[in-house]
Amino acid sequence: MKIHEYQAKDILRKFKVPVPDGQVAFTAQEARKIAEQLGGSTVVVKAQIHAGGRGKGGGVKIAKNPAEAEKLADQMLGMTLITHQTGPEGKPVRRVLIEQGLNIERELYAGIVLDRAKSQLAFMVSTEGGVEIEKVAAETPEKILKEWIDPAVGFQAFQARKLAFGLGLNGDQFKNAVKFLTALYNAYVAIDASLAEINPLVVTKQGQVLALDAKINIDDNALYRHKDIVELRDLDEEEPLEVEASKYDLNYIKLDGDVGCMVNGAGLAMATMDLIKLAGGEPANFLDVGGGASAETVENGFKIILGDSNVKAVLINIFGGIVRCDRVATGVVAAAKNIGVKLPMIVRLAGTNAEQAAKILSGSGLKFLVAKSFEDAAKRVVEALAS
Amino acid sequence: MSILVDKNTRLVVQGITGGEGSFHSRQMIEYGTSVVAGVTPGKGGQTFDEKIPVFNTVEEAVKKQGANTAIVFVPPAFAADAVIEAAASGIKLVVCIAEGIPTLDMVKVFHFFKNRPTRLIGPNCPGIISPGKAKVGIMPGFIHQPGSVGVVSRSGTLTYEAVHQLTELGLGQTTCIGIGGDPVIGTNFVDALVLFEQDPDTKAVVMIGEIGGSAEEEAAQFVKENMSKPVISFIAGQTAPPGRRMGHAGAIIAGGKGTAAEKIAALKQCGVHISESPAEIGATVAKVLK
Repeated sequence: MKIHEYQAKDILRKFKVPVPDGQVAFTAQEARKIAEQLGGSTVVVKAQIHAGGRGKGGGVKIAKNPAEAEKLADQMLGMTLITHQTGPEGKPVRRVLIEQGLNIERELYAGIVLDRAKSQLAFMVSTEGGVEIEKVAAETPEKILKEWIDPAVGFQAFQARKLAFGLGLNGDQFKNAVKFLTALYNAYVAIDASLAEINPLVVTKQGQVLALDAKINIDDNALYRHKDIVELRDLDEEEPLEVEASKYDLNYIKLDGDVGCMVNGAGLAMATMDLIKLAGGEPANFLDVGGGASAETVENGFKIILGDSNVKAVLINIFGGIVRCDRVATGVVAAAKNIGVKLPMIVRLAGTNAEQAAKILSGSGLKFLVAKSFEDAAKRVVEALAS
Repeated sequence: MSILVDKNTRLVVQGITGGEGSFHSRQMIEYGTSVVAGVTPGKGGQTFDEKIPVFNTVEEAVKKQGANTAIVFVPPAFAADAVIEAAASGIKLVVCIAEGIPTLDMVKVFHFFKNRPTRLIGPNCPGIISPGKAKVGIMPGFIHQPGSVGVVSRSGTLTYEAVHQLTELGLGQTTCIGIGGDPVIGTNFVDALVLFEQDPDTKAVVMIGEIGGSAEEEAAQFVKENMSKPVISFIAGQTAPPGRRMGHAGAIIAGGKGTAAEKIAALKQCGVHISESPAEIGATVAKVLK
């Protein structure tokens, strides 16, 4: 799950990770009030959307006084922000973060991620803050320092010291960096994060070390034990059909093509999308209805797929193993009738009782095209689109 | 021969009295697996289907019934504890079906297993089957057939699809392992390839990967350096957009890394045969074995 920068900073504050003073504003008036509370001098107005690259897109501006903060917030709220991560359509700005301006000496990087090859958390720091870490990793990998964390003992003080020394810090800056990194690790573990990126991590002339930006993702699998974090979900940032699908416990991701697909199992769903593409079509979505593919989930799946007006044909690919295909077919027919699906529906059912299933589909009086094989299914979809 | 499970497997089902646990226990028994015990804390002393003793702890199942393999059907919040219990009780192989275990729990589990003689398969996987011998998982048994192809996969139903294609072409399997779709798993591709390389009856290996992580790239390097047997691979997710979790927690292209194209290039470079289409996995194996 993704959260906003201001929410991430609120969490960090709780775990004693230093962040600049600031608060979220939903209106320009609120922005002015917050700027006044921050002392009336320079503040930063930052658009809050779930995408990076906001600065370049005009989503981060400096205001010299509360009146200017109000003006900038007014311009920013409601605008559509386009960054390299939002896609060409951009994202509307509904919230802005008003934050105190800082006297920055250096911009660094700190991040915690899971190193999948080692099945361990890796703590990374770099002197190259403010640029994309992927770029640093590709061009100057020697500028990224890493410490792997043994889960039995956690992040150790010597590791924090190594990283802080590696960043070339000393004096108060060094001491504060050690505290910062340790607190960041504590926060990461306590909230079941799946990513924490502080970019830039800034060092001020006064020796402070603070998170100027903060990106935190939370492990979806762990949300059951973090009810307070679930509250932070911002549905406005998500694709409406995906929000709808999540209500039915369906795994749906909207794509740009015109072939809707409904598949049981994530791997088979991805493979089905690949096959559509190989046959010359474009998948409209990823949809995993789960191993069972009950009549109810199939019906909900239809609703979600047909909610996308780009869809011109639907491909259903179910591998009936433990679930029998005849049952799935009965469910598909009932769901299609209930909803009144008018688009061509290509169905491929393999596994237990696949032949009976084909008979149920052909005898239903609905426009089902029953595919003989996986490959045949994709071909028929593309044919259906052409006619 | 086969790997990891066979006629010597003595299985204990953790969560045998639950909905999924009881259903799949019956399916595994029907396939011929010797299910010797069940564990549900608090229900010790009962019997499952009037023949299988249920215990409060895995330790009792090991001591009284000689269980050597465990399958875990408990809910995700309790699954980490269940697999650690199995390892601590002297079980040799633990198969964790449960989906949705928090990643940081799995990081701890992984390191608990690291210096122990117990192997973990999964989580979030369909399990393992040696056709005609034993099924320790939730896969449909009837699509399999004894033979000489080893199968290892990060997916569930896509594995069934591949196995189905193999069986239709008369290509039976020694053992099929679903290693799971999570970012942290007990047994990875390389671990499975080592075992298949050692198994005299396995003549070729099918490896089904997907986007996310670098397990396929590591496997490619292993194949190049250590495998004498042909490896045939399909990578799912060529059309997946970056930054989105495609169902499996581990199937995500992060920071531009873990794309299908990268994996396919690495595999090809190391001499792995690639099936470009998911519909041609069986046919590709047939061609390689001819």
